[in-house]
Amino acid sequence: MKTTLFIIQKEFIQIFRNKTMLPLIFLVPIFQMFILVYTATQEMKHINMYVVDKDLSQTSRQLISNFEGSPFYYLTGFSFSINEAEEQMKNDEADVILHIPSGFEQKLKRDKKSDIQLLINAINGMKAGLVNAYSMNIISQFNQNIIGDLVVIGGNTQKRLDIRSHYWFNPELDFKIYMLPGILVLLVTIMGMFLSAISMVREKELGTIEQINVTPIGKVQFLTGKLLPFWIIALAELAFGLTLGTIFFHIPIEGSLLLLFGFSSVFLIVVIGIGLFFSTITNTQQQIMFLFFFFNIVFILMSGLFTPVESMPSWAQKVNYINPLAYFMRVIRMILLKGSGLQDVLKEIYALSVYAVIILSLAAWRYRKTT
Amino acid sequence: MINIFQITKKYESTTALDSVSFQVDDGELFGVIGPDGAGKTTLFRIITSLLLPDSGKVMVNGLDVIKDYREIRKITGYMPGRFSLYQDLTVEENLQFYATVFGTSVKKNYDLIKDIYSHIEPFKNRLAGKLSGGMKQKLALSCALIHRPQLLILDEPTTGVDAVSRKEFWDMLKKIQREGITVLVSTPYMDEALLCERVVFMEKAKILAMDSPQGLIKAYSRDLVSVSADDMHRLVVDLRKYPDVNSALLFGHEVHYTSRSGRINKDELINYLQKERHNNIKFRKIKPGIEDRFLELIS
Repeated sequence: MKTTLFIIQKEFIQIFRNKTMLPLIFLVPIFQMFILVYTATQEMKHINMYVVDKDLSQTSRQLISNFEGSPFYYLTGFSFSINEAEEQMKNDEADVILHIPSGFEQKLKRDKKSDIQLLINAINGMKAGLVNAYSMNIISQFNQNIIGDLVVIGGNTQKRLDIRSHYWFNPELDFKIYMLPGILVLLVTIMGMFLSAISMVREKELGTIEQINVTPIGKVQFLTGKLLPFWIIALAELAFGLTLGTIFFHIPIEGSLLLLFGFSSVFLIVVIGIGLFFSTITNTQQQIMFLFFFFNIVFILMSGLFTPVESMPSWAQKVNYINPLAYFMRVIRMILLKGSGLQDVLKEIYALSVYAVIILSLAAWRYRKTT
Repeated sequence: MINIFQITKKYESTTALDSVSFQVDDGELFGVIGPDGAGKTTLFRIITSLLLPDSGKVMVNGLDVIKDYREIRKITGYMPGRFSLYQDLTVEENLQFYATVFGTSVKKNYDLIKDIYSHIEPFKNRLAGKLSGGMKQKLALSCALIHRPQLLILDEPTTGVDAVSRKEFWDMLKKIQREGITVLVSTPYMDEALLCERVVFMEKAKILAMDSPQGLIKAYSRDLVSVSADDMHRLVVDLRKYPDVNSALLFGHEVHYTSRSGRINKDELINYLQKERHNNIKFRKIKPGIEDRFLELIS
């Protein structure tokens, strides 16, 4: 026990003495939050629209002004030639082309229906989907107004369903609130996994492990001494990140903080355990960085940070059983945004606890004091 | 104290230790002498239970290095060839860390390390990585001794250390030995062999000889002469052409010469050299050193 405490003390002295590491521990969360939260957004705020209006009627102008009135659309150009418009799209200057054929208004009045064409740049499928949804929204609104106008002339009030959507847990559909908890997961994972494993591999590289191995320190003591300091740092990091998030992004904390930190504790044992396990199968910092890069890219992209796990193929969802980030990504959003309680996340807690036992046993088994 | 019985260790295709056996008695200052790559470090890593031998048996103080490694680690102090303390901890923090790890305190065993540690104590708040080579070595020795081990193992402690510090270091080892601690030390320097009570010669994974330094020198049976002349380079070449030559090796400004028969006829040799038009020939019989014995053994 006393030995373990001394190893922990030694680790802390080394961390706090490292002039590059310490500022990084506090700068990384600030950078990640302020950059990633704003950039990793899926809201479309700036859609470049090019208009080809061959009708030039009152109705067509009304439709265009509906788009102009939206905060998301910017009219970048206007012409009568669809070829010119396509040229603009190829130059990446237009995201969407609104094509209104000639005779649009006349046809609408005569047949009570008319066609317009919307050409969307779909290189980024997600973006195209959003542009489509936004545009449809504007057009259908325009539609109702125009029907109203036309129908009133006919003296016939039309009955229709009025659909109003309510968005729960994130009523304003603020993407930042969705992203921020995810960024926190990323943050503590990197802190826990990287720092612990690199501190271990560094001992191998510098040869200090040789001197440790001839002492009576048990491997469990040594691994505990390597795990706990980074576990504490990562939890502090989470608290720091949450504080920043509340102050600058006003993320809601609906659920219990105690539950969140309790869950994080288990999660961190798993990721630090993975880090320590990796450190037992590598010998240099270069090797372990490469290993981390590979696994973390996969873990992060599959965790549901950017894209919902539910839309991944079923095999990928099965792979996520061994992805600790996927559990935490789901749970942190549940607790923070939905206010889920212990009962709701019990399954995840069990899963991660089993995971922790397995990975720590693996690390202890692989860590050899003798070669 | 140490009983090594026919240990063999292979790294893939190279053999690092080939059926090595020897014993080290309690309280002895024992040296393992041999050039780089002879297998000294591998041997020490096996004795300190850091490495498993392929075959053979090693007992330390009656304990098996494979089965009872936990006990052995408590009674052994090891100083690896490469500085292996924490460079980003201070002198004092390193010492305290190792004391705690061995379940003891600096205060308790301070008398043992006092002579060594007092040299570096003025710098106790300096980071270990910022110490000079000689001071690093003293710190490493202090840390290896802090738990008062029964056996101290030092892997090439004087490699890359200046002559004055080397002498100082050997004086310290003698003192440690007087405390009743068995000292096992390896070195590539032949002159240091004389400072040990007993030594083994190692070369190419094998033990060539084991004896006291005096015994080893006594075993040297041939006549040994030192020859010098104006043109040393040509002298070596010519001596090697002499029919009865066994070895002609350059030792500083002299050539140590031995004959195949073991005996040397002074007049015949000088005649030969004069015929080869060497000037200023000096010839004297010398006592063999330990290095001569080692070279005899490997030739």
